[in-house]
Amino acid sequence: MSTTTGTQRITLAKAINLGLRRALESDPKVLLMGEDIGALGGVFRVTDGLYKDFGADRVVDTPLAESGIVGTAIGLALRGYRSVCEIQFDGFIYPAFDQITTQLSRMHYRSQGRLSLPVVIRVPYGGGIGAIEHHSESPEVLFAHTAGLRVVSPSTPADAYVMIQQAVASPDPVLFFEPKGRYWDKGDVDLDAPLVDASTGETGLDRAVVVRPGTDLTLVGYGPTVGTCLKVADAAAAEGTSIEVVDLRTLSPLDAATVAESVRRTGRCVVVHEAPVLYGTGAEVAARITEECFYHLQAPVLRVGGFHVPYPVSKLEHEYLPSLDRILDAVDRSLAY
Amino acid sequence: MSQTGPLTDSGLVQLLTPAGVRVEHPDYSPRIAHLDADALRGMYRDMVLVRRFDNEATALQRQGELGLWAQSLGQEAAQIGSGRALAPQDYVFPSYREHGVAHTRGVDLADLLRLFRGIDHGGWNPADHNFHLYTLVIASHTLHATGYAMGVQRDGLVGTGDPERDMAVVAYFGDGATSQGDLNEALVFSAVNNAGLVLFCQNNQWAISESTTHQSRAPLADRGPGFGVPSVRVDGNDVLACYAVTAEALERARSGGGPTLIEAFTYRMGAHTTSDDPSRYRSSAEEEYWRQRDPIDRLRALLVAEGELPAEFEAGLDADSDALGERIRAAVHAMGRPSTSSMFVHVYAGPNAIVDAERAWFQEYEASFLGGGEGAHR
Ligand SMILES: Cc1ncc(C[n+]2csc(CCOP(=O)(O)OP(=O)(O)O)c2C)c(N)n1
Repeated sequence: MSTTTGTQRITLAKAINLGLRRALESDPKVLLMGEDIGALGGVFRVTDGLYKDFGADRVVDTPLAESGIVGTAIGLALRGYRSVCEIQFDGFIYPAFDQITTQLSRMHYRSQGRLSLPVVIRVPYGGGIGAIEHHSESPEVLFAHTAGLRVVSPSTPADAYVMIQQAVASPDPVLFFEPKGRYWDKGDVDLDAPLVDASTGETGLDRAVVVRPGTDLTLVGYGPTVGTCLKVADAAAAEGTSIEVVDLRTLSPLDAATVAESVRRTGRCVVVHEAPVLYGTGAEVAARITEECFYHLQAPVLRVGGFHVPYPVSKLEHEYLPSLDRILDAVDRSLAY
Repeated sequence: MSQTGPLTDSGLVQLLTPAGVRVEHPDYSPRIAHLDADALRGMYRDMVLVRRFDNEATALQRQGELGLWAQSLGQEAAQIGSGRALAPQDYVFPSYREHGVAHTRGVDLADLLRLFRGIDHGGWNPADHNFHLYTLVIASHTLHATGYAMGVQRDGLVGTGDPERDMAVVAYFGDGATSQGDLNEALVFSAVNNAGLVLFCQNNQWAISESTTHQSRAPLADRGPGFGVPSVRVDGNDVLACYAVTAEALERARSGGGPTLIEAFTYRMGAHTTSDDPSRYRSSAEEEYWRQRDPIDRLRALLVAEGELPAEFEAGLDADSDALGERIRAAVHAMGRPSTSSMFVHVYAGPNAIVDAERAWFQEYEASFLGGGEGAHR
């Protein structure tokens, strides 16, 4: 159980693994729960090695029942434990939907703040991996629509490492959406990164960040689409368009202020996500941006995302997902106003 | 492997030992008495063909022709034995590994691969075979099967005494599925409604990396009685015993006697799917133990001992297996790519303003690439 330090170039999956290891080391009340997370290390190997090092009491291979996983995590939380639940794939969170929405989200509220449920639910989500049905979905908005839950999604290994630890430390329940298509993307991670900013005392878990500055248009993404947005910015730069990319990082709370600050400078905004656009994050961002900086807008806020169809068969998923071309098309349409 | 708890092999109905020797059973032997040598050779043939298909599909996945494959390897007796006990009018709700049952329902095995190739969420017309689409969400379909059986009751198709009319409904699921609320609710609903349902659990001892000991302290069949559902544990690698216990449960269902829980104690000889690596969680000694109990070898030993496996039959079966392998391969290669606009079809029964607008936009967008040259999209 050696604690690694310094900066390392690791995958997003490994970053979460190391973040979970840190959380297990620093708080004996932290537990991991889920299907196949023990000896197997999870189907994506995110918990690889943790069962061996922390044992079956702290890294728990649960029975195959998502409602049971979340429901018992709630009970454990009432008893002072901090469970990090792994839902094997996005499409299998629904058996737990009742526990999450009717119990987990509102215990703090119902008890007038006397009870808190610091439960983290990790959900590998998103498509592009050629999977069969129910393995490529983006249900994050269902949870963002539910008061009492935090909903976050990292896009880089560095963020993933810090954000998972902040999620575990959070007194609120957190839905932690992991972009599974980016699990094997590598990035530099400062393993000694602080979880709280020493000067402000804040975690930043509720903040969006500008990941690439630009002047002509604000491109907003999160999780799996941030990387695509950065590629779009590169392609647009080659044609003389300067795109600013904002990584939302959190859907609940939504940091509309950071987006608005950017749009006041650029005058244009395109929001990108894999989830369907209908009633999606893009709709919320568009409404808020319209309200907050109407007179700065030179074009309507546009959205690029999934269609109002069930996630299609994998041979068609690249047409469904917001591709470089589809985002560039929206950028062109915005600039043409 | 003499174990206790859910992995004990005691209390299993067995009509054929692992060495292929017949065992007499007062209740169940009569249920196979009519199976003559032709019928046994038919089951042997089914198992051999399904295994050949399964191996071919595994190879196709390795060659990149399928996105994923879930093998039925080792579970042929449970699937063929139960599947061959069904009547044409019975209705089956499979999970996603029931390739052998699909074969007994006359589904073209090649069609099973459409889902795994990523060109279809289903692959066949359930009404053509009384075989529902595969369900990937663990245990969901056990409630659908229960409701279907409740419909059959209302249609007056149980207890008429007419063997051509009375129908039963069967749901297949794994050991892991027994932990889901849905399966437990299926037990409750089928029991209180006295639904004509057979809940057929293939306890292949692994739910991906989790042994059945992660789902239960007691044998899975022990759960039935608490719900008021008669239950039976059967040697799932004994095709004759699987046939017999299923026949009994189907008869109960068709005659209005209500649901039955069957636990077929078998073994997943392969990986969970082609994405899985069993060496991370189970021993090769355990795999070897079960290789010695291969369901196909068992029936073969019986046929050989009874002098009922002529060389011509075996040669013919070999040739048919090869032909099946080639046919499957060719069929997969010939499977086209669905048109992109097909993604927008069948979301609703009729027109839908949002879907139609998105589809129209998408078609225009795609068309904008076709012109090429100046003004075309990147
Ligand atoms: C509700 C739900 N949760 C998780 C999964 C992911 N998953 C797919 S198969 C599987 C194990 C199933 O084991 P079992 O029921 O024993 O059936 P087997 O695959 O062994 O035939 C899991 C956890 C799923 N498909 N559905």
